[in-house]
Amino acid sequence: MKPYFQEREKKMLVAAEQSKPSIKITDHIYAGNSANMRNGDTKIQVERFSFRYGANKVLKDVSLNVRAREVTSIIGPSGCGKSTLLRCFNRMNDLIAGTRADGNILIEGQDIYDPRVDVVELRKKVGMVFQKPNPFPKTIFDNIAYGLRINGIRQKSEIIQRVEQSLRDSALWEEVKDRLTDSGLSLSGGQQQRLCVARALAIQPEIVLMDEPASALDPIATAKLEELIVRLKEKYTIVIVTHNMQQAARISDKTAFLMQGEMVEFGVTKDIFTKPTKKITEEYITGRFG
Amino acid sequence: MIKILDRIFKYIGIGAVLLGLIVLAVLVLDVVRDGFPRLTWDFFTSYPSSKPEQAGILSAWVGTLWIMLTTAALTIPLGIGAAIYLEEYAPKNRWTDFIEINIANLAGVPSVVYGILGLGLFVRALHMDRSVLAGSCTLALLVLPIVILSTREALRAVPSSIREAAYAVGATRWQAISGQVLPAAFGNILTGIILAMSRAIGETAPLVTLGALTYIPFLPTPPVSVSPSFPYVNFSLKGLLDPFTVLPIQIFNWVSRPQKGFLICAAAGIIVLLIITLCLNGAAIYLRHKHQKNW
Ligand SMILES: Nc1ncnc2c1ncn2[C@@H]1O[C@H](COP(=O)(O)OP(=O)(O)O)[C@@H](O)[C@H]1O
Ligand SMILES: [Mg+2]
Repeated sequence: MKPYFQEREKKMLVAAEQSKPSIKITDHIYAGNSANMRNGDTKIQVERFSFRYGANKVLKDVSLNVRAREVTSIIGPSGCGKSTLLRCFNRMNDLIAGTRADGNILIEGQDIYDPRVDVVELRKKVGMVFQKPNPFPKTIFDNIAYGLRINGIRQKSEIIQRVEQSLRDSALWEEVKDRLTDSGLSLSGGQQQRLCVARALAIQPEIVLMDEPASALDPIATAKLEELIVRLKEKYTIVIVTHNMQQAARISDKTAFLMQGEMVEFGVTKDIFTKPTKKITEEYITGRFG
Repeated sequence: MIKILDRIFKYIGIGAVLLGLIVLAVLVLDVVRDGFPRLTWDFFTSYPSSKPEQAGILSAWVGTLWIMLTTAALTIPLGIGAAIYLEEYAPKNRWTDFIEINIANLAGVPSVVYGILGLGLFVRALHMDRSVLAGSCTLALLVLPIVILSTREALRAVPSSIREAAYAVGATRWQAISGQVLPAAFGNILTGIILAMSRAIGETAPLVTLGALTYIPFLPTPPVSVSPSFPYVNFSLKGLLDPFTVLPIQIFNWVSRPQKGFLICAAAGIIVLLIITLCLNGAAIYLRHKHQKNW
């Protein structure tokens, strides 16, 4: 694996940074003054953001605003860069060699691609649920406790309490409370995915990213997960990638339609689905391609 | 026509397999017939002797145990550490490619060469003499490439989704490796280590080259001893610097004696060595199956 930043890019960024008046990075940014963030305040601000894998530019000047405690969905044909965009919000793409980001992503006003940003802290604040359920090959309990432990929580009683809380929050508690020491892999696909949600929630992030979280699930498990997402909106800001138009329409407040790496249309979900401004959006949501 | 060829090759193949198995079976049967009656309690508790009826493998199996434990203690941390570095931390450049190619090549170097290296480096230059430590260091070098390669394989087999999951809850790289990747790879790593050990246990050539003695009528200083006065229990690593012999060398020595009685001793020793190797390989196979995961 490559270091998080290619040396050259790091230098460029540092140089660019020095020409700006420097902002003082204080802890409050990540300690979360978010508790007093009102619903509807801008949580994630994407400004003319581009991203490439080597020479392959997959995001082109994308801009959008994600508001606090809303569900924002990203839709678009497969390969258009939905996952890439989502994985930029917690800098998961840093793990891939030879990538490059231009433009800004601000989370609560802080540029997350600033070289001084601690990605580990960033990811504690921006949780993620992946497309394919990926529980750790450990017990159900340890799947959640791991995140707590690496976040410095040592007290057994607190770990136990927070494992239970996050399993309740992810609507899995009733199904697993008697088998917490079973392997996480022994659960059904839908349960595994809710375990992954619980794992993300346990460390109390402010934003939860979900990449087609229902794509490997049956309709009943999907319905449960959707219900869960809508409920989570009370506490969390959620960005969800989905290829399922009905799902986007059902659960999200805002919808972003991405095509070939460009933001075609972004707005209130109801408007996008009832009166899209672009013809291509209409064609896509009515299923004429994609 | 093609069908006939096909059939001919099939029979040649079966014949080749059967031939190997039959030869092996005959050898094992022969050894067991000769050696089995010799496998008494005394055989395990007696030192070698000039009289075949009284000779035993005490110093040999204790020496083997010493060598194996010391080799494991040296190889496991070094091998796993090197593998983690190469697999998880090292930048991918020409320098690391060069290291990788060399490790792969080292795994194929004949073991006598390691013996010569051990003789020059450990026995002579570092003045370890023909000690347990010198033998273990030499064997550790010999199996290190195997441990590194198999550990890297094991780490690579852990799906990236597990790493991503760890990073996504705010793990640092070391937290992801130590908390998730290593435990997930544990079974495969252990399998590799056991196979490396079962290779080391049968090695004769490098130890002979080192000059390991064949007639040792005493044991290395025991690591734990009890005394009647304070502090009652004593720990000592002095045994590491004592001379040693091991099972394959003892067997090799007996086989080269003219008396028929020593051949029987050798057969009995071979049975012991075979059983240990079988157990190790069995454990490796068992672990491999047990830890096969469907992620
Ligand atoms: N790890 C990667 N390395 C190189 N190219 C990638 C990688 N991941 C995705 N891509 C490319 O980026 C484009 C967008 O992929 P992705 O964001 O996964 O699309 P989506 O999630 O919308 O289906 C695709 O063309 C894909 O080939
Ligand atoms: Mg995708």
